[in-house]
Amino acid sequence: MAPAEAVVGVTDLVRSTLNAKRRTPIAQVAALGVLLLLASMSLQAEVLDPDRVDVMYHSYDGGGATIDGPSVLVRKNIGSNVAVSANYYVDMVSSASIDVLATASEYSEKRTEYSLGTEYLHDRTIISAGYTSSEENDYSAETGSLGISQSFFGDLTTLSFGFSFGKDVVGKNGRPNFEHDVERRRYQLNLTQVITKSFIAAASVEAAVDEGYLNNPYRQVRYLDPNAAQGYSYQAEVYPHTRNSDAVGLRGIYYLPYRASIRADARYYDDSWGITAKNWALRYTQPWGERWLFEVKYRAYQQTNADFYSDLFPFRDAQNFLARDKELSEYQSDNFGLGVTYDIPERWLWSFEKSTINLYWDYFDFNYDNFRNVLDTEASPGEEPLYSFDANVIRFYWSLWY
Amino acid sequence: MIRSLLLITVVVLASGCSPWVKPYERENLADEIMDFNRDPIASNYLHHVYEAREGARGADGASGGGCGCN
Repeated sequence: MAPAEAVVGVTDLVRSTLNAKRRTPIAQVAALGVLLLLASMSLQAEVLDPDRVDVMYHSYDGGGATIDGPSVLVRKNIGSNVAVSANYYVDMVSSASIDVLATASEYSEKRTEYSLGTEYLHDRTIISAGYTSSEENDYSAETGSLGISQSFFGDLTTLSFGFSFGKDVVGKNGRPNFEHDVERRRYQLNLTQVITKSFIAAASVEAAVDEGYLNNPYRQVRYLDPNAAQGYSYQAEVYPHTRNSDAVGLRGIYYLPYRASIRADARYYDDSWGITAKNWALRYTQPWGERWLFEVKYRAYQQTNADFYSDLFPFRDAQNFLARDKELSEYQSDNFGLGVTYDIPERWLWSFEKSTINLYWDYFDFNYDNFRNVLDTEASPGEEPLYSFDANVIRFYWSLWY
Repeated sequence: MIRSLLLITVVVLASGCSPWVKPYERENLADEIMDFNRDPIASNYLHHVYEAREGARGADGASGGGCGCN
């Protein structure tokens, strides 16, 4: 049904309902119910995102680790109600991070990830399902996800709910019998709201539940040991077998009086391991002429440490749970980003509808408050300088719409 | 009369016939610079970097459930 026909149809129904003065209250309520149902089904149906292909080279370089590789994402609509997508993604890892240098030697590995997704559109409802498989030599993970999204009130409000279930198998190189499972569940609720003709806001709530072997099997904690030459020794990490977390996020994009936008993000996070985290970000996007788009961004992140984290435990087996993962310590990070997009002229597009070349650079600066640089062997245990590092992240990709 | 007005209001709100931002007023909203997730391949990767380097996860607008690859 075309929108104009739908409006006429609803108007007629309203008129006939209002004219039914002598109907009983039950009949009027029933008529109103039918009216609302028809009205909610008939107008301004959603559309699926267009067909596109993206080919990306990604690179992370920082803290002694280099991770790069390709990613290819293809999205295709089948008719006007079904879309399918597939993603091939590779991480080539070469790591000599501080954790590795302290207790092991530099290593290289490859992680390959495949994802498949589908969406089904019915009027203003989109039902989505996805499957992701990730494989590396000592870790495999499978994740399935389901989602439903519904728009209301003339498509000004969109409410969506998502659930994902993941099952990981943790292995250890050189230990063929070492195999432990992890189960991961996530529940997401998102509300996106058009506030004015220049302002969109969104709120998200997400709960995550992880159960199983949550340690990194290679990482170790250190403890004071008067018998050791350097004053301390290492033992394996021990983590709780469950982790529950809750996060609340708010986002907004505002269209400025000239053609440019400013985006703000904020998030609060809390989990059962005692970590509380906050982050906020600002992004400014400025088109230039017909073909260029520039972006500048700043993001700040800070977190407290997990209850069972310590840089240096007082003795071996000092407590039930032991961690010295710097991602569980107290720290702050600053992230500054620049990006540029070039819209390729039509004469070079062959049969494609649109194509862009994109280059994004992100700079990260991590500063730890209670994770020390043990590579400084001159200092006494627990007196080493606090650790910090910076990282550069590159996303270079080509997008084609067809 | 009041009941009729109430009925019209409810139906109009529910049907989206008269949203406070009309379809012809959505030119700015439809601009690509107003998209929360303009290029999913790029935003998914950056979320992956954040999750690998930070203790927090979730409620940042990313879909899916992570890759269990920290």
